[in-house]
Amino acid sequence: MSTPLLEVDNLRVTFPTARGDIDVVRGVSFTLGRERLGIVGESGSGKSMTGRSILKLIRAPGIVSADRLTFDGIDLLAQSEKQMRAIRGARISMVMQDPKFSLNPVMTIGEQIAEALLTHQRLPRREVGERVKAMLESVRIDDPERVAKLYPHEVSGGMGQRVMIAMMLIPEPDLLIADEPTSALDVSVQAQVLDIIDELVKRKGMGLIFISHDLNLVSSYCDRILVMNTGRVVEECEAGELRNATHPYTRGLLAAIPRLDENRDELPVLDRSVWANS
Amino acid sequence: MTALSLKNLDISYGDSHITHGVSLDIAEGESFALVGESGSGKSTILKAIAGLAPEWTGQITAFGKSRSHGIDRHFARLCQMVFQDPYGSLHPRKTIDATLSEPLAIHGIGNQNERVEAVMASVGLDRKFRFRFPHQLSGGQRQRVAIARALMLEPKILLLDEPTSALDVSVQAEILNLLKRLRREQNLTFLMVTHNLPVVSFLCDRLAVMRHGRIVEIADVADLRQGALKEPYSRELMEISATHAA
Repeated sequence: MSTPLLEVDNLRVTFPTARGDIDVVRGVSFTLGRERLGIVGESGSGKSMTGRSILKLIRAPGIVSADRLTFDGIDLLAQSEKQMRAIRGARISMVMQDPKFSLNPVMTIGEQIAEALLTHQRLPRREVGERVKAMLESVRIDDPERVAKLYPHEVSGGMGQRVMIAMMLIPEPDLLIADEPTSALDVSVQAQVLDIIDELVKRKGMGLIFISHDLNLVSSYCDRILVMNTGRVVEECEAGELRNATHPYTRGLLAAIPRLDENRDELPVLDRSVWANS
Repeated sequence: MTALSLKNLDISYGDSHITHGVSLDIAEGESFALVGESGSGKSTILKAIAGLAPEWTGQITAFGKSRSHGIDRHFARLCQMVFQDPYGSLHPRKTIDATLSEPLAIHGIGNQNERVEAVMASVGLDRKFRFRFPHQLSGGQRQRVAIARALMLEPKILLLDEPTSALDVSVQAEILNLLKRLRREQNLTFLMVTHNLPVVSFLCDRLAVMRHGRIVEIADVADLRQGALKEPYSRELMEISATHAA
């Protein structure tokens, strides 16, 4: 592997408030090649903000700063909003949490997927139709011509999420950021959707950042894991090594998950005071 | 003694029939889980018991008394529900105190001040939260408020609709521990809906697997722990959970 796809060094996200600035991301650094990286943490740990700041999707008054934030040799912090629009979708795209709120309710699914493609390139109409159909097939939608004519409220949550994945992958980006892509879905559908993401990422040799609060899910779908707490990376490890994590926060999170063969009378609870100020 | 009994329960929303001939008997003090994928009708059963889905035929009985189709105050004293999403189930413009006092006012129960304080203490909420609004609390604290509200009338049965699925794992552990302790202390009967089998394993004694509005299997949690569920669909659900926990 030559140069990494994404280099993040000392990333900070700050929100000014009446009581002074609040840092929600405090000096996060990592590099990503064409691999699958998981970011885990609780609500408020800054994991989603990390994902969004890569796409510069942090709205004012939030401020993103970093010593280095480069994607494929491009300095993202120096890009204008117009230049960012050419990168978003085409080079880096993002799958959001809930298809109910992220799809346009007044456009058919086919139109929305075609729009994602046409924003970045000009293509003859027939070819667009074929690309949309092929993309829907690759996210395992059996009857793409019928589904393309439906509106988002006419499909189930699992299918909506597959439509969103199709929309994000049709411009063939180099990096996919998936922010809790399955937490709005059923367990049985979750596995399906993740398998689809996994397969497409592998086949196209993309980089993946998978953001989730579910340690088990992340460890089974990623190569490497960052554990975040209060805006900092507290632990970085290979996915297979998660069981041997050393940081008390990671160990606490792992212990708090009930098991299928549960025999503990009480689940251990995180003692937040221990590292709240660390 | 049987705490809650359902006989041949068919529930419909307008023209669509959601459940078909559901029969269950849950003993007093038992913790029973309904599992299955979305759309299998498990939440609808809880809604029918709570009176939120009034179009049903069959019989719903709690401690020997049948439930009517309308608003049933006696039934409400026996049986209360905790909803999935603590962000959506509390009135945003009512203080915690107002939320917790409301059931007492409706049922004409006095001594409100002491009762609210006692229930807040039992669910582990500090007194300082009493006059705050829901948006000033975290998700876990809100779910404690929702549980406290359900306990205000000192019911014997709690209906739990995915009580922890909107919460982080660490907060989920706190709420599960709380529910387990409350059940032990107040001898409550739980009927819980979830799709998280490890949660069932932690909190429940028996489970029913549902699919397309029918119960396909009723089993002991011991069978779940040993992976000894019989029906192919139950085994499928179990395998999905097992691979995720790998």
